[in-house]
Amino acid sequence: MKLKLITAVTAAMMAAAPAMAELTFSALSYRTGPYAANGIPFADGYQDYFTLLNERDGGIGGEPINLVECETAYNTEKGVECYEATKGQGVLVYQPLSTGITYQLIPKATADGIPMHTMGYGRTSAKNGSVFSNIFNYPANYWDGASIAITHLLDINEGDLNGKKVALVYHNSAYGKEPIRTLEELAEKHGFELTLLAVDHPGQEQKSQWLQIRRERPDYVLMWGWGVMNSVAIQEAANIRYPMENFIGIWWSGSENDVLPAGDGANGYKALTFHNLGTDFPLYADIEQYVKGPGKAAGAGDQIGTVLYNRGLYAAMLAAEAAKTAQEIHGVSEITPAMMRDGMEALEITEEKMAALGLPNFGPAFSVSCENHGGDGFGAVKQWDATAGQWTMITDFFQSDQDVLNPLIEEDSAAYAAENNIEPRC
Amino acid sequence: MFYREAGDFKTSYVDDNQTFPIKFDRYRYYAVLLIAFAIIPFVLNDYWVNAVFLPFLIYSIAAIGLNVLVGYCGQVSLGTGGFMAVGAYACYKLMTSFPDVNILFHVIISGGITALVGLLFGLPSLRIKGFYLAVATLAAQFFLVWLFNRVPWFYNYSASGQISAPERTLLGIAITGPNAPAWAMYLFCLVFVAASAIIARNLTRGAFGRKWMAIRDMDIAAEIIGVDPLKAKLSAFAVLSFFVGISGALFFSVYLGAVEVGEVFGIQKSFLVLFMVIIGGLGSIFGSFAGAAFLVLLPVFLKNVLVAGLGWPTDMAAHLEFMIVGALIITFLIAEPHGLAQLWRVTKEKLRLWPFPH
Repeated sequence: MKLKLITAVTAAMMAAAPAMAELTFSALSYRTGPYAANGIPFADGYQDYFTLLNERDGGIGGEPINLVECETAYNTEKGVECYEATKGQGVLVYQPLSTGITYQLIPKATADGIPMHTMGYGRTSAKNGSVFSNIFNYPANYWDGASIAITHLLDINEGDLNGKKVALVYHNSAYGKEPIRTLEELAEKHGFELTLLAVDHPGQEQKSQWLQIRRERPDYVLMWGWGVMNSVAIQEAANIRYPMENFIGIWWSGSENDVLPAGDGANGYKALTFHNLGTDFPLYADIEQYVKGPGKAAGAGDQIGTVLYNRGLYAAMLAAEAAKTAQEIHGVSEITPAMMRDGMEALEITEEKMAALGLPNFGPAFSVSCENHGGDGFGAVKQWDATAGQWTMITDFFQSDQDVLNPLIEEDSAAYAAENNIEPRC
Repeated sequence: MFYREAGDFKTSYVDDNQTFPIKFDRYRYYAVLLIAFAIIPFVLNDYWVNAVFLPFLIYSIAAIGLNVLVGYCGQVSLGTGGFMAVGAYACYKLMTSFPDVNILFHVIISGGITALVGLLFGLPSLRIKGFYLAVATLAAQFFLVWLFNRVPWFYNYSASGQISAPERTLLGIAITGPNAPAWAMYLFCLVFVAASAIIARNLTRGAFGRKWMAIRDMDIAAEIIGVDPLKAKLSAFAVLSFFVGISGALFFSVYLGAVEVGEVFGIQKSFLVLFMVIIGGLGSIFGSFAGAAFLVLLPVFLKNVLVAGLGWPTDMAAHLEFMIVGALIITFLIAEPHGLAQLWRVTKEKLRLWPFPH
């Protein structure tokens, strides 16, 4: 039986031999499993942007784009399988959309010389490009998120959080634990009291955590959730009549899927974001004309304009811009993963560039350098309006507290460098 | 025509009691070993090792371990995921505390540590049986995962609670870490698999195995004829957790490289390994391999056929994969309730008589 399997798999792999002379991008997406509701819109946005480039511009710099999709179901074992299956095809950049898979791929991708972009997730200290040569996490990371949330709380409290109580409801995994260090540091700096409430995967059972919140009445609740955990938490918060405007989610806890199930109860819920919302950008007309109109939209095509769709689109846009930068630097249109890495390290996103792409003010302007793989940590706060059924930005993009974050990033990346014998590059 | 004893004369008890008494079977076994050790390492690449061979080999070890407990001793355990986590975290702590010791010893000691933990959680089996024991081991599963998530000492106080395997070598060749060559990882795991299978085979046909089987078949009768249930049951738990601990250590250090306990060693892992044992065949070493191959390789194979071969959308392929694997499990269990191992046995019987069945 094993022999038969082996021959059949070989045959299947040969049939799928890569076509050359293309720019290959990979989408390690998850359209199934417990986090599918969030994985689908992101994957659709990511795919649609590349379809648009192929249809409208014939690819990037004249090279057509070949997008290889691989289903991970948010599962680390399948993630490994996907990575190994696609890396031979010359994939330029990996975006696994899972902190667990990211941690696994950081050493592997670095050893294989393939860059990885973990936008707003993954290992925060990868911002230190001097240690993490192939890992990028611009434009913002978890610690930025934690700091942005606290800065927003400072703003609405006239700069004083002394004696306030802040609770963190987090997914009990690498992802959810990421902000704790930063929040502890910030709690010390601003004098608020931090309570940690872990929620186990997948997060359907949160009664006890919310009972504790009901009893202790923290002034603010922050949330690091993903998938079904988000909607359950918002529902529970509504059930105990927690004031929604004091409840702030990270950018992964702020999609339509998360708030809609709670109906009117979710009105006023806040979440962070590092990109703009809605479809009010010229690029969406092109998507309508070239992608959706001819029926080439990914998935069911019903996600266009949702929060996570926009995020997928933004991720694809940054990847495409990095590829363009790489083509300019090296003067060839057919780039390799190593050239792509150089392109990502020299990436510069300006207002003019975004406007030229048809996405004016879609995200913060930032630039990447050898020392800084993480951008400048700009984010904004948005709020859910249940009657209108949409998110609205309530602040401009503002910066996280770099004085607190930089030493932490320095410390964590130094520990990683020591553990793995990495010489700082710059 | 095949698998016949005719002409194969045994002149000693040792010959008579060997694992593969039939010549044809024995040569097939040597051929498999030769291919696995001497040919495959030269032809495989990263994909084959990381997506196919490593998971298959490592799950095989876990399935062998669980088969000792469930198949031979008749006790149920749903704590396999938790015990794998013990192996993984023990290996991590050893790797980071004693960086100069080579990885081979770390993996073996991790198995030993897991055996001690398994002994502890095996104690309830002396009082409770069947479904109730399953529930007690379920507690082990949840407790161990909770423990590794909760106590920062286990993950060396890292910010994310993830453990990552640093590079460790054996005879100067990297076995763990991103720079480990594919053949080295494969051979390293293969050695453990071969050793586990041989040890398990010899344990189960020796005095220990007979005691376990006596307990499985009827524990009161076993006690009357002089089998000490304490020793028999606890030794089965120790052997189970030793093998499972080794598989957990390899799973973390060689295969995945970074592990998050709740996601990787959750309850679904316990069920997966239990299904491997049941589908493969209770009380059979070959069954452990067959079950692991079935549940690990089939999804990968289907994915390659459906997505890469036929070009279907990934989500549809993933859903279909569930349906096909599920349907096959049901079909197999209806057609042969004793698992793939029994199917293999029947095939062998048929082959003996073929082509003259009467």
